This record gives sequence, structure tokens and C-alpha cells, in this order.
Amino acid sequence: MATQHSRSAARIMMAPAVILLLGWMLVPLLMTLYFSFKRFLPLRGGDLGWVGFENYVRFVTSSAFWPSVQTTLIIVGGVLFITVIFGVLLALLLDQPMWGQGVVRILVIAPFFVMPTVSALVWKNMFMDPVNGLFAHLWKFFGATPVEWLSEASLTSIIMIVSWQWLPFATLILLTAIQSLDSEQLEAAEMDGAPSLSRFGYIVLPHLARAITIVLLIQTIFLLAIFAEIFVTTQGSFGTRTLTYLIFQRVLESQNVGLGSAGGIYAVILANIVAIFLMRIVGKNLDK
Amino acid sequence: MARAVTTQRKIINTLAAWAIGLLIFFPILWTILTSFKTEATAIADPPVFLFFDWTLENYSVVQERSDYMRFLWNSIIIAGGSTVLGVLIAVPAAWSMAFVPSKRTKDILLWMLSTKMLPAVGVLYPIYLIFIQTGMLDTRIGLTIVLTLINLPIIVWMLYTYFKEIPGEILEAARMDGASLREEILYVLTPMAVPGIASTVLLNIILAWNEAFWTLNLTAAKAAPLTAFIASYSSPEGLFYAKLSAASTMAIAPILILGWFSQKQLVRGLTFGAVK
Repeated sequence: MATQHSRSAARIMMAPAVILLLGWMLVPLLMTLYFSFKRFLPLRGGDLGWVGFENYVRFVTSSAFWPSVQTTLIIVGGVLFITVIFGVLLALLLDQPMWGQGVVRILVIAPFFVMPTVSALVWKNMFMDPVNGLFAHLWKFFGATPVEWLSEASLTSIIMIVSWQWLPFATLILLTAIQSLDSEQLEAAEMDGAPSLSRFGYIVLPHLARAITIVLLIQTIFLLAIFAEIFVTTQGSFGTRTLTYLIFQRVLESQNVGLGSAGGIYAVILANIVAIFLMRIVGKNLDK
Repeated sequence: MARAVTTQRKIINTLAAWAIGLLIFFPILWTILTSFKTEATAIADPPVFLFFDWTLENYSVVQERSDYMRFLWNSIIIAGGSTVLGVLIAVPAAWSMAFVPSKRTKDILLWMLSTKMLPAVGVLYPIYLIFIQTGMLDTRIGLTIVLTLINLPIIVWMLYTYFKEIPGEILEAARMDGASLREEILYVLTPMAVPGIASTVLLNIILAWNEAFWTLNLTAAKAAPLTAFIASYSSPEGLFYAKLSAASTMAIAPILILGWFSQKQLVRGLTFGAVK
């Protein structure tokens, strides 16, 4: 009796969250799907009728599409590579005995709490500015010509900014994972005379594999969607137009909603492919 | 002998970690320092680090010229409002999933997570259109609702992982003693759940404060929070380093402090409980 009662109560308590999220997911997504099959130009005639898959074809055949895919892959790949490699190294270092560990941890994590528009603007102006930026001063100090970072090395610059934002995330998660490692196992290996490199390769790295996978997947989902970092630095010029930014431009700047919506559906599919893998891992964890 | 080696290693570790930590923190430190300089000192060649005439002038200029307080207030309302709203909706849901699980609980949790992974840009126009039609464009209430919905999955998840850790036996004992559902929630669960709810609130405020897709696209002059305010400095006429730094420092300081308190919960919240 009591369980029956609490079961129906549970259902009622769950309802608001489920209904709201269902609406939040379905309504806009269905609208995007609807627009994607239309020629829809709000400022130039509005709804101009159904066009079938024309938007989908036009989106992938436009000259901007493949470069944007390439840009997206370079940025996501570059940031993942940097954050995971340095994240592992930094986590290993922070796990060692030292003085002031708590303070160092705080220093390392700090960039994650800086809002994207601030970090992008600070890097753009105070570090990467070819005249007054700190990098320009540093380059001049060593007798080199200052680099025009955001135009000459635009992708590198964006990757640097975004990596700075996400390195703390990778480090923090990997550090948490390292700290859950059984230290007796490591000590035993050390006593058996295993050199530190093989201790890392055979014990630490396999233990970290799951955490690294999670970092890769979560970061990929967020990195596919980076927006503010490009919006306030290059506005998509100098080869920094990602898929997300391209869709944004189609929808809000050129107001070609049909075309942008088709692009949006592509982005949803892409994110879902990554999400499926992440959900598998998270789901497995739920069973424990 | 062994002891000497460990001390030596500890010194090396300490030096290396501090050097790297300071390097990573440097852009923030530099921003804070620059905010206390005059515009001329801020672009001095060679750059000045500590020995300059410290001034608070930038802070007052930023406030006067751009009405900083309004943006700050918008940020507080939007981040705070969406968090409170989200927690109110999520607590009952997470409670029922943690204590009265059914066969579908896992599927529901995973589905909720999947809504978080939808790329925002994919639904930009529909949301934009709905906002125009309902008059919610550039309003705090509109943005609060959107941020509530995008962070709701994370709130439900975090609360769920915290509630899961509360032993079920205690509930059974309370039930045996004749506690009603309401009493059970109010007197048994709530006190045990408060720490978990507090860290969820903290993390969610941080996420909402820093959200920079919807805040940039759905606001203009009235409801713009600090993310959008800072973005307005990207125009060339806004290129005043000291003022940019002062505005930036004010925008990140509250969250930096909150963030440092919540570093432990951060891992759990951002990995959906997969790493603890």
C-alpha cells in the first residue's frame, strides 16, 4: 500500500522536470526541422514554401561548409590534444607531495571560472595585440617581429585561448581520478623494482583510461559548441569560422533561416554521435 | 638517506608546480594588476608589473560610463533566479528517482542528460522566434527561463548522485515509526540533503553566470548580463586596457571566489557523477 502510494507520488514529483525538458527539447527541435525544409527568409519575403531537402544539399555544397568542418575539427582536436596531454602531466605533478598544494590547485583551476567573453578579450587585447600585447613585448625583447596573432595565426590563437579555459577541467578530473588510485598497488610495484615510466604505463594510465575518455567526450560536446571565444575575437574571419559559427551567421546575420536550420540539424546529429558514447559510459556507471 | 631524497624531490615538485600554477594563473593576475593602472601605464613599453602608481580610477569610470551595476544586477538575477527555479523543479524529481526508482529511472536520467548535449545553435532561431513572439527578447525573465532549462539536467543529476548516497535504511526506519511522506521529506531527508543541494546551487550559479551563448544572442540593452557587457568591449573604441581589466575583474571576481569553494563538487557535477 505504502509503496503504491509513494510510487504515484514519485511520478507526480518527477513530472514537472520531465515535462519541461521534454518541451524544451521537442518544440524548438521540431521547429528547426520544420524550417529546414522551407525556404524561409524573414527579412526578404518570409516563408517562401517547401523546398524538400534543398537546404540540406545547399548547406553541404556551399563553399563555406568544408572549411568550417575542417576548422571545427582542428580546434576541437587541437584543444583536446593539448588539454589531455598537459592535463595528465599536471595531474601527476599535483598528486606529488609538495608545499602549498591547495594554493597551486586553486591557481590551476582558476581559468575555468573566468567567463568566456572575459578570457577571449583579455587574451585578444592584452596578450595577442601586435602592438601593446605582452607577447609583442616578449617577441621584441628577443629581437623578433611581433606576430599578428589573431590574423596570421588565428587558429593557433583560438586553440590557445580555449585550451587555457579547458586545461583546468581536464586537470581537475584527472587529478580526482589519480587520487582514487590505490597507492598500495603503486608501492608494491615500486618495491618490485618497476621503473617509474613503466609504473605509469602499466598502472596509472590504465587506471586513468576511463577518466580520460570522459574528459574527451564531455569536452568534445562543449568544444563543438564554442561561440563567445570566436564572437569577440575574429567574428569568424581569418579561417576561424566553425560549424557552430557558420550556422549562427546563416541564421542571425544573413537571416537565411531555412539554410541555417538545415545546418542546425547537422550539428544536432554530430553532437548526438559523440553523446551516444558518453551516455554509454555514464549509463554503465549508474548500474554500480 | 631516503629521507633526504624525498625532501629534495618535494622541493623540486613544489618549485615545478608553483611555476606552472603561476603561469596558468598569470593572465588573471595580469588583468587584476592592469585594472589598477592608468591607461598610459597599462600600455607602457616595457610593461610594468608591480611598481606603478596604483589607482582605483578605472573602477569608478567603468561604473559611471557604462552603468556597470545594472549588468551586475542582471547577472545576479539571471544566475540566481535560474538556479533557484532549477533546484525547486529538480529536488522532487531527483528525490523520487533516488528513493523510489523504477525500471525507467535510468532511461529518464540518461535522456535528461542527452537534452543537455543538444547544440544550442541548432535551436537558435526557434528560441529567438518564440522570444520575439512572446515579448521575452531582452528580458531577464526570458533568459532566466532558458538558463533554468539548459542547466536543469545537470541539477537533477547532481542532486540524484547526492541523494543516492543517503542510506535508504534511515527512511525505512522513519516510515516504520509512522512518519508520513511529508514528514519523511521535511525532517529526515532535508537535513541530510542540504550539503548536496548547497554544492549543486554553487556549481549552477557558476555555470549560469558564465553562460555565453544565449546571454549574447537573446539580450540587447535592457537584460544584458556581464557576459554581454564585457563583449561590448570588443569594439575598437573600447580598447582601453585598464578599463577593460577593471570591468573584467569585477565580472569574474565573485565567481572566482565561489568557484574556489566548489572545486570538489565541480568534478561530480561536470562528469554527471561518473568521476567522484
